[in-house]
Amino acid sequence: MHELPVTESILSITLRHATTHNATKVTDIYLVIGEWSSIIDDSIQFHWDILSDGTIAKGANLHFERIAVELHCRSCAHTYAPTDRNLICPKCESARVKVMKGDEFNIDSIEIET
Amino acid sequence: MTKKVPVVEKILGANESLAEENRATLDEHKVFGINLMASPGAGKTSLIEQTLPKLAERYRVAVIDGDIATSIDADRAAEAGADIAVQVNTGGNCHLDAIMLKKGMEEIDFSEIDLLLVENVGNLVCPSNFLLGTHKSVLVASIPEGDDKPYKYPGMYRGVDALIINKIDLMPYIPFKMDYFRKGVEVLNPDLITFPLSCITQEGVDEWIDWIVEEVEKNKK
Repeated sequence: MHELPVTESILSITLRHATTHNATKVTDIYLVIGEWSSIIDDSIQFHWDILSDGTIAKGANLHFERIAVELHCRSCAHTYAPTDRNLICPKCESARVKVMKGDEFNIDSIEIET
Repeated sequence: MTKKVPVVEKILGANESLAEENRATLDEHKVFGINLMASPGAGKTSLIEQTLPKLAERYRVAVIDGDIATSIDADRAAEAGADIAVQVNTGGNCHLDAIMLKKGMEEIDFSEIDLLLVENVGNLVCPSNFLLGTHKSVLVASIPEGDDKPYKYPGMYRGVDALIINKIDLMPYIPFKMDYFRKGVEVLNPDLITFPLSCITQEGVDEWIDWIVEEVEKNKK
């Protein structure tokens, strides 16, 4: 059960920014979620609808931009997407890699009415 | 009028701010904090039971145990010699977060403590996303879980500072490909310090204890 605290955090950040911009309503929220940090799925819309009730963000749509993992091999400079069963570089089999994408867990932007 | 407002904030930023407050409390008293995470049954409590007697002469140790229900783990920690053991029941939450830890910490007089061991809720998914403010995060993996866990729970393996591979005494009985396991770990967390050990045979436990002592002493300086 981590959806609740995550949804509460999204709501609190959203309302803070909405207030700063004198919003009368929040219509959309854009989330950026990396594949390797993903602890939420679309079901948090359900939590959202309950938690946001009575706020200017009531009924806002949550949009999820999922970021696939991208790794960069430090040995041969190959950039690749790992598979489920193999994370090492498919070209040179090195495990010395850098994670370029996939750790994101952010609110990117919100859409408001003023 | 409709407009788009850039936010670009970490979703769990508020938890991270609270985690910093916890860290400040620990630092104020020069207490070193370790967050132990693992799947249920990997051996977190057994490891604490092995660890406490070996540190008893050197340090005063507090243990905070997070669990959805019961005080079984805190009782075990107290029996094993913790100077104070606090149980935090998460009320259904699958992880400890910084606020829950703060509440547990409020029951401890840190002027009387050198080391805080936090035993997180058994879970390989959520605890990694909620920083607590401890100095180090340690993952307890175990042989019977299987060699594919780094591949299935990358977030957990990416976020830790040390890795314990528990139950190595079971290696002869379980098809665990250590090389495959370690390759996954290396991609996710290069140069991660690892401690293969067994809480039953005690093999490898001393290396883990030495690491704690080294870290506690570094923190005191």
